[in-house]
Amino acid sequence: MSSIPILEARQAQIHQKGTQPFEMDCGKHSLAGSVSQRACVFCGSRVVLYPIADALHLIHGPIGCAAYTWDIRGALSSGPELHRMSFSTDLREKDVIFGGEKKLAAALGELIDQYRPKAAFVYATCIVGIIGDDVAAVCRKVEQEKGIPVLPVHSEGFKGTKKDGYKAACDALFKLVGTGSTADIAPVSINILGEFNIGGEAWIIKKYYEQMGVQVVSIMTGDGRVDQVARSHGAALNVVQCSGALTFLAEMMKAKYGTPYMRVSYFGIDDMAKALYDVAEHFNAAPEVMARTRAIVRREVETIMPELNRIKCDLYGKRAAIYVGGAFKAFSLIKALRYLGMTVVLVGSQTGNESDYATLQDMCDDGTVILDDANPLELSKYIIEKKADLFIGGVKERPIAFKMGIGFCDHNHERKIPLAGFEGMLHFAREVHNSVTSPVWQFAPARAAVLESKKEVAR
Amino acid sequence: MLLRHTSTEIKERSALTVNPAKTCQPIGAMYAALGVHGCLPHSHGSQGCYAYHRSALTRHFKEPVVAATSAFTEGASVFGGQANLVQAIDNIFSVYNPDVIAVHTTCLSETIGDDVPQIFAKAMADGKVPDGKFLFHANTPSYVGSHVTGFASTTKAMVDYFAESNGRKAKTINLIPGYVEPSDMAEIRRIAESMGIATIMFPDTSKVLNGPLTGKYKMFPEGGVTIDELKKSGSSTGTIALGRIASMPAARALDAKCKVPCEILGLPIGLHGTDAFVDTLRRMAGVSVPDGLNLERGQLVDSISDWHQYLYGKRVAIVGDPDQVLALTRFLVSLDMRPVHIVTGSPAGKKYIKSLQAAVAEVPEAVNIKVPGDMYLFHQWIKNDPVDLIIGNTYAKYIAKDEDIPLVRHGFPIYDRLGHSYFSTMGYRGGLRLMEKLLDAILDCKDRDADDITMELVM
Ligand code: SF4
Ligand code: SF4
Repeated sequence: MSSIPILEARQAQIHQKGTQPFEMDCGKHSLAGSVSQRACVFCGSRVVLYPIADALHLIHGPIGCAAYTWDIRGALSSGPELHRMSFSTDLREKDVIFGGEKKLAAALGELIDQYRPKAAFVYATCIVGIIGDDVAAVCRKVEQEKGIPVLPVHSEGFKGTKKDGYKAACDALFKLVGTGSTADIAPVSINILGEFNIGGEAWIIKKYYEQMGVQVVSIMTGDGRVDQVARSHGAALNVVQCSGALTFLAEMMKAKYGTPYMRVSYFGIDDMAKALYDVAEHFNAAPEVMARTRAIVRREVETIMPELNRIKCDLYGKRAAIYVGGAFKAFSLIKALRYLGMTVVLVGSQTGNESDYATLQDMCDDGTVILDDANPLELSKYIIEKKADLFIGGVKERPIAFKMGIGFCDHNHERKIPLAGFEGMLHFAREVHNSVTSPVWQFAPARAAVLESKKEVAR
Repeated sequence: MLLRHTSTEIKERSALTVNPAKTCQPIGAMYAALGVHGCLPHSHGSQGCYAYHRSALTRHFKEPVVAATSAFTEGASVFGGQANLVQAIDNIFSVYNPDVIAVHTTCLSETIGDDVPQIFAKAMADGKVPDGKFLFHANTPSYVGSHVTGFASTTKAMVDYFAESNGRKAKTINLIPGYVEPSDMAEIRRIAESMGIATIMFPDTSKVLNGPLTGKYKMFPEGGVTIDELKKSGSSTGTIALGRIASMPAARALDAKCKVPCEILGLPIGLHGTDAFVDTLRRMAGVSVPDGLNLERGQLVDSISDWHQYLYGKRVAIVGDPDQVLALTRFLVSLDMRPVHIVTGSPAGKKYIKSLQAAVAEVPEAVNIKVPGDMYLFHQWIKNDPVDLIIGNTYAKYIAKDEDIPLVRHGFPIYDRLGHSYFSTMGYRGGLRLMEKLLDAILDCKDRDADDITMELVM
């Protein structure tokens, strides 16, 4: 275990701060034969659009692509639940040979008649790209017949990475933007972009902004509604959450409607406060907004502080490893973990780009391992070497952490509790604390020794 | 209500699967391949599919699941995936060093028509396969069959690639357990071994996907059938294949290739199912049934008689994989329960439907059977004609909640409960466990609904 061979071609995607000059060879397609933790274009589109609860989401392809994305993210809706159903054209052999356009048209017609959704998204999967179905043409035809927007999402999996899926989703959203009425939109108004309401996070964020006196025109796409998206061009500002998933849309809206945008993160006290202050600053023509913002931040921070401080005492000096999808999330996590007194010993992302890694390099301490598109062997090697106490990752990383007997916090779609916002920070701290300090790790053979030795040192 | 979008009006749907009760072939292939010792499953396609398959298996087993991918790009999708697969094989052996790579195709590589054996030949000719290392493959396009087909084909591929007859017959009996849990595989083997029979079981995912916490991450856990055992399977006395849909192709292939006679049985669920298995083992190996096993049988019979009063006449809806559904149906009918709505997600053929019809012939009311169907139809049936109990995978919990009907989780996937990996539902003991689950569900519901006057202490 101590030494694993690392693919030569991977050397340039692993870096230890302070050892050599830094240049991350990222943004590459995964190597053939790698056990990458990455996903596909379709996955990117699906996670972005899925929370729009009053739209029909039809997956045009063989059954698997649909089955695996059936309600696996806890994107909450306060109303309709149509998004939690799984609709698939379930392509069979004869469709692959003769084409699936007829089947698609029939399925769409049937579903729209039955559910009367506000819009329909049609996701093209790999195979549709290969057999050459003209999804856009079918969508146009059904749109005319049924009188609702029917939007093709060009998400063929092989056409890039998850990021390209975000882009495809943004293209589809952009067709809806501008089709609704902008009546009753105040000058002090925003769209919340890139917030998917996992565990109800969008509601928390929305509440803050509304308390500031800022009108939230739409959330894209958490607890999303077609009508909100359609009128979102009426908002004065786009506030784009870190993941970058919706940055493409913000760019397009800026070009077409002149809507300015800013990037924020809702994770961690500093970033959360900044996300509110930046918006207040933007609307400085209305100074009462800033005044309210200060009050909100004060109130919220005061509420969580006492417990946070208690938690910090226990976590001081513990070591964390981070492996997440987008690098921007990693930035926030590093800050939040530091705030809790923890040291980050490993940080990696599936989709970071050059400037992301440069930022990471700046943020990290010497000796921190920085990884792009890592595999489980690499992750486990460095986690052991660096004696991490906590691993933050997604579904595939969880059992790896547990096998090694260290704590885990899901910062991906399987989290059940909101981690965004001020109260989210408290939830995060509690979860980290509960997992890291759990007595169950004394049962893990190798860890028992490590824990013991740490106790010795502490004494 | 989560599934409020389910209507009671049942319409014939030709172009559409809603809320599938099946998923795609490669995940079955991946699961089967994990039952070979030191095997790295490899998904020949783009990287999204395999990310989903790994995540789904991880959610079900709560274990790390590794596999590699050819990581198709647009180029590969146009020009074929030969270069990717050859490079992948090279990379995998030099970095992860498995004993064997099990390649399965995806919809994508099937549609572009990659010829895997020919690519293997090229990889060998290029010296990419080190001595003592192996490759095998199965074709698993998801527009044919389902995850069960992928499992069956991969199991058969183990025979096609490795089984050989050395001209002499060994005393071993081959066991092909079917698409069942690791715990079931262990139980099936335990029963045979308790009769003093030497077995070769393939695939065998016990100790692979229900392994212990060791404090280390092991890419290739302890369990799994070895290539050596697979070779020897060609010289066994006979083969018992459990589950016609998942296990027959491999058993037949072994018979044709190495003249190992086979018996195809249903899964050993319940008294009759297990009797048939034990009896076949006894005859094939020429042994007698040990007292210990007779005791287990007696205890099951005893419990059935002790508790049957709470089971008889209970109406049940079952959804799941064909082999499981058939065996469960037979068990329920033998308990005088009434399976009235039966759906398999996977296609299984006319002969299968006949067996299912025969199994419910004694049920004194009309029985709905749909092979293949989906969970939407299943729910519609339940809405129109409610039942006392539902048996199905985790997705059935939405139906159970909406209709307020108790649920026994069985099948794949189970994302939300512990147990399936460790406690078998096969054999006599498994029968007891299954009864316990049925009774718990029914009696908990009875207690919950009882008013103060009729609440009973003793049952
Ligand atoms: S393309 Fe085929 S193999 Fe891949 S996830 Fe979809 S159904 Fe499964
Ligand atoms: S077929 Fe393509 S779209 Fe579907 S899961 Fe696989 S990579 Fe993604």
